[in-house]
Amino acid sequence: MKHKLGHLIIAAAFILSACSGGETGPYNQGVYMLVDTSGTYTKELDQAQRIINFTLAKLNPGDTFAVARVDTGSFSEKDIVYKQSFDDRPSMTNQQKRKFRDSIDKFIKTAKPSSYTDITGGILQAIEYLNEANTGKKTILIFSDLKEELRKGFIRDIPLQLNGYRVVAVNVTKLRSDNVDPREYLDRLENWQTKVESGGGTWKVINDLERLDPIFD
Amino acid sequence: MNFSEIFMIVPNPVVSGIIWFVVLVAIMYFARTPAHLAIVSFCRVIHNAMRLSAHAVMRAEKRLNERNREVLLAQGREAAERIIEREFDRVDATVRRDLAEYPALHRQLSEEITEIDDDYKNSTEVPPEPPAWVKAVEAVAKIPGKDPMVASILEDIHSSMVKANTQAIEEYRKSSHKRHEHLKSMMPHWRKVKSILGQVDKSVNSLITRSQTIDRHMEEYESIVRKSDRAVRMLSSSSLTQFFIATFVLVIAIGGALINFNLIARPMAEMVGGTSRIMGFQINNIAAMVIILVELAMGLFLMETLRITRLFPVIGALNDKIRIRLVWTFFSILFFLACVEAGLAFMREILMQDAAATRAILRGGDQGDSIVLENSHIWITTAAQMGMGFVLPFALMFVAIPLETFVHSLRTVVGVAGVGFLRAMAWLLRLIGNIMRFISTSIVQVYDLIIFAPLWIERTIKHKTGKEDNVDRASVF
Repeated sequence: MKHKLGHLIIAAAFILSACSGGETGPYNQGVYMLVDTSGTYTKELDQAQRIINFTLAKLNPGDTFAVARVDTGSFSEKDIVYKQSFDDRPSMTNQQKRKFRDSIDKFIKTAKPSSYTDITGGILQAIEYLNEANTGKKTILIFSDLKEELRKGFIRDIPLQLNGYRVVAVNVTKLRSDNVDPREYLDRLENWQTKVESGGGTWKVINDLERLDPIFD
Repeated sequence: MNFSEIFMIVPNPVVSGIIWFVVLVAIMYFARTPAHLAIVSFCRVIHNAMRLSAHAVMRAEKRLNERNREVLLAQGREAAERIIEREFDRVDATVRRDLAEYPALHRQLSEEITEIDDDYKNSTEVPPEPPAWVKAVEAVAKIPGKDPMVASILEDIHSSMVKANTQAIEEYRKSSHKRHEHLKSMMPHWRKVKSILGQVDKSVNSLITRSQTIDRHMEEYESIVRKSDRAVRMLSSSSLTQFFIATFVLVIAIGGALINFNLIARPMAEMVGGTSRIMGFQINNIAAMVIILVELAMGLFLMETLRITRLFPVIGALNDKIRIRLVWTFFSILFFLACVEAGLAFMREILMQDAAATRAILRGGDQGDSIVLENSHIWITTAAQMGMGFVLPFALMFVAIPLETFVHSLRTVVGVAGVGFLRAMAWLLRLIGNIMRFISTSIVQVYDLIIFAPLWIERTIKHKTGKEDNVDRASVF
């Protein structure tokens, strides 16, 4: 009799522990967005705001979202403009989304152009952040023309560990030189694709900001 | 070494094929008798095995059929007993309600009849007595002559008689009027008697109708107790009909439960969180489902304690005092859960508005709140959701009735399906057995067809040497 009672107590404890601390990791989503603030690309920040708002609208309770600027040295927590792991409760999540949006508005208004563009450093920071967040799906959005310009002495020839990551380049604008020789633009895209895919990630480019749904496909 | 290497005895594939064919035919010719025996015995084994299996399956089918019959009759008997019991309860209620008042009714009737009797007696006509002096008048009238004295007497008598006659007529009229008054006062008594008799007639007719119903049910019950084929057929048909009706109603109930689930799953995320999962299912969905299942369970128990269903004999066997307490307990829990659901439905609407406002802000600036607040008819959907949240738990309570029917009829349906399956199985086994029985002959014929050349040579040689024997046929067949 005692033996059976013990089994019952263990089973009840197991069920209760499962209920109180259920798994969240494998099902939530983590998005890290890199916003290029170099040179004339600051003029495109309004478009970045659109993408951020779209992403906020798509995310659910329990998801994680961070927006970071890409400047001279982007492998730094200081470059994270705003980050948020959304609460379990939908009402709290809505409040957090509004707060997120307000912070991004302030950033857009006050953003200053940087001299260099350290995209690789930003991606490394994104990997570190999303690995820590331990989200089920991991997406890195790169809002940039993808032309990397590093300050002298910065080493970024590092293989990226992007297993399980989706890297989506959005609003990849063509530079003046691209118009002269479109091969430059195509090579730039190809280089990034190779870099991402050799790191184990998947690569996608979305230039039509009216159709952003594929970001979360 | 692969197949082609083994096959290619000589470089030419056709020649290799012919060589292999000749070798095989030679082997088959020499192994002919044992091969025939093996084929025939193998097919016979299969045939016998199938036949035995079919026999076993048919035995199982027969047992299942008998068991089905027993279960069906037992269920039918129980149902008939319930119906008869209910009819007797109704008769009891009628007798208690109507015939319990019968002594009072009888007394009332007797009083009314006494009243009528009195009135009748009072209204009896009493014949007027003939005047006593008529004989004196006759005597005076016989006096002869024309005496004026006599004439005067007769005149007086005449006037007295006219006067007396007038008085008598007046009195007679008065007494007739009195009698008519008595007869008039009898009218309400007659009507009352008629009404009382009408009531009695109604009660008696109701009892007669009930008794006829009971007779009909008793006939069915006796038929079930006699285990007649007609009763089995009737019960089986009734059970199948009930099964389909109960399934249909249960499908409707499942639809209701799903709507209920959608009403409370989203706001549940506010209580238990919207991201945790157990076995891949969101915990808020599980919590919503648990609430609905608890409501269903409470509904089942409530119907059980009200003795509408009989799924749990333990509850049915409880004494009335405890049963009534349980009725109130289950009803209170159900009411509480219905209130919780109404609250959650209200919360759902608030959350949806909040989400819509956030989406509007993210989409187009600061007007999100105003966009949502502008919709002044939103209270209608809120009220409808709350109403549904409150009503659905009580509506789902009635699932107990089709569920009971479904459970009871499911046994019959599964039994009938099982019998059908076993019959099909037996037929298939017999078919395979018979095919194997006749196929052995065909295989032997095909075998001989392949080696027809050596057989032909053998027969030709034997024919020439005159050594005809029938060893082959005898050995095999």
